[in-house]
Amino acid sequence: MNIHGIRAIYRFEMARTFRTLMQSIAAPVLSTSLYFIVFGAAIGSRMGDIDGTSYGAFIIPGLIMLSLLGESVSNASFGIYMPKWAGTIYELLSAPVSWIEVVIGYVGAAATKSVILGLLILVTARFFVDYEIAHPFWMFGFLVLTAITFSLFGFIIGLWADDFQKLQVVPLMVVTPLTFLGGAFYSISMLPPFWQKVTLFNPVVYLISGFRWSFTGRADVHIAVSTGMTLGFLVICLGIVWWIFRSGWKLRT
Amino acid sequence: MTSIPSDPAAPTTRADAIVSVRGVGKTYKGGFEALKSINLDIRRGEILALLGPNGAGKTTLISIICGIVNATEGSVVADGHDIVRDYRAARSTIGLVPQELHTDAFESVLSTLRFSRGLFGKPPNPAHLEKILRELSLWDKRNNKIMTLSGGMKRRVMIAKALSHEPKVLFLDEPSAGVDVELRHDMWQMVRRLRESGTTIILTTHYIEEAEEMADRIGVINKGELILVEDKHTLMRKLGKKQLTLTLQQPMQAIPPGLVGLPLELSGDGLTLVYTFDTQSDETGIAGLLRRLGEHGIDFKDLQSSESSLEEIFVSLVRKPREERA
Repeated sequence: MNIHGIRAIYRFEMARTFRTLMQSIAAPVLSTSLYFIVFGAAIGSRMGDIDGTSYGAFIIPGLIMLSLLGESVSNASFGIYMPKWAGTIYELLSAPVSWIEVVIGYVGAAATKSVILGLLILVTARFFVDYEIAHPFWMFGFLVLTAITFSLFGFIIGLWADDFQKLQVVPLMVVTPLTFLGGAFYSISMLPPFWQKVTLFNPVVYLISGFRWSFTGRADVHIAVSTGMTLGFLVICLGIVWWIFRSGWKLRT
Repeated sequence: MTSIPSDPAAPTTRADAIVSVRGVGKTYKGGFEALKSINLDIRRGEILALLGPNGAGKTTLISIICGIVNATEGSVVADGHDIVRDYRAARSTIGLVPQELHTDAFESVLSTLRFSRGLFGKPPNPAHLEKILRELSLWDKRNNKIMTLSGGMKRRVMIAKALSHEPKVLFLDEPSAGVDVELRHDMWQMVRRLRESGTTIILTTHYIEEAEEMADRIGVINKGELILVEDKHTLMRKLGKKQLTLTLQQPMQAIPPGLVGLPLELSGDGLTLVYTFDTQSDETGIAGLLRRLGEHGIDFKDLQSSESSLEEIFVSLVRKPREERA
């Protein structure tokens, strides 16, 4: 294992985060705070409880997921796309690092940023709404697992993209709508029966449901299903990255 | 016609080869054959210059050896390690300075070197990085962002990055492209120092002067084929032409019939006669020529000899059809 190589990639990526602190951390925290002000403190105070939880507290897991998914995808896709765009990828391709070491470096850094962001949003939420965390260990576990899985997904997008537009298309056109429709602001039990079934095809439902369970102890789908689906997505993403590095698709001519 | 026995046909790996390329070919998706079954042994500790016109396949060959491009066929062994099966060990021995100035614009010089060294699996060594930066006159710029440096400085940063992990083999792809004369000479000095310290250097260049100045051996690639690999001095001796230029007292209308058949050329104004002879031949024929000129009453006021440069040899090689070279 090339530990020095992993550390070099990880440090390089984390240094990029700290260089762009406003964009990487401050901006998502601010925008999520606005959600808390509008939906939690203002509108939320006029809405009834959902499954015994105040609306402000109910949307916390969904809002954290909203930022976590978007930022994980963006961070990781940008991290690997930039060397491709700038041409510095030659160094990575000629270095004695395996695909899994590259993944640990890039995806590890992107996931770290996302977890820091998620925790900051959680702390920020305390200023606007009261909430409790029923299962703190599971909450952190879901946070980390989701950050890793969607950073991997973002890494694939970064490998696939050959222009900046493609880099933005998936987070904006796919991930954000799926998160909004995945129960960030509502429980899927509030939907008509037909749409409840349709929405189960949305993978983000399982992430939000599991994460919300760690806060409130109640979930739209069983915690085991949520965990299984997230792990399944992680394995699929790992398989795709392995294939890309093995075949050289979009990397080596 | 000169026959050129060259390494490309060598069937077995030389004992002193640090990089051994065997039957490497590259055909791109569209069917373009960038490399045609290349065989090449790069000797430990030498400076090998790869010459070739644009699109000849020099960069493709280097990229395959370094692991950036997948070969369609053939194998490469670097310091005893197959570059595919044993890529970790093979790549650890190789440093690459690509042709284009690919840099992390927002990084500082020192941090980009630390990154490169770590990426190649080496533990931190501030003293080594300082030595490299001082040798390349970059120490004062170590905390500057790369984007603030000039093109020449960026080229040095790329060399420093390639040297940061102490490679045994260094590939320099067009190292002098876009750098001024002073920096080019500095770079030549640095390359010589590296060779003296035991590093094997392979450079591609458009500057024939660079190859002539620095290389121990010359390889010529044209249209994906390695035309020859030869010791520089041997190459110049074998393929070099010498010319004797005679400045005549009186202009001549044409070469006299008695001298027809000799390798003579008369200038347009009839005042200069050029005699070309083979450097390998024991008998240059100069004495006989001078005697026959005297017999024909042709007087000259000056004579001088010149030897063809590597550039002329290179141009003649890439222009010759394949069958003529063989």
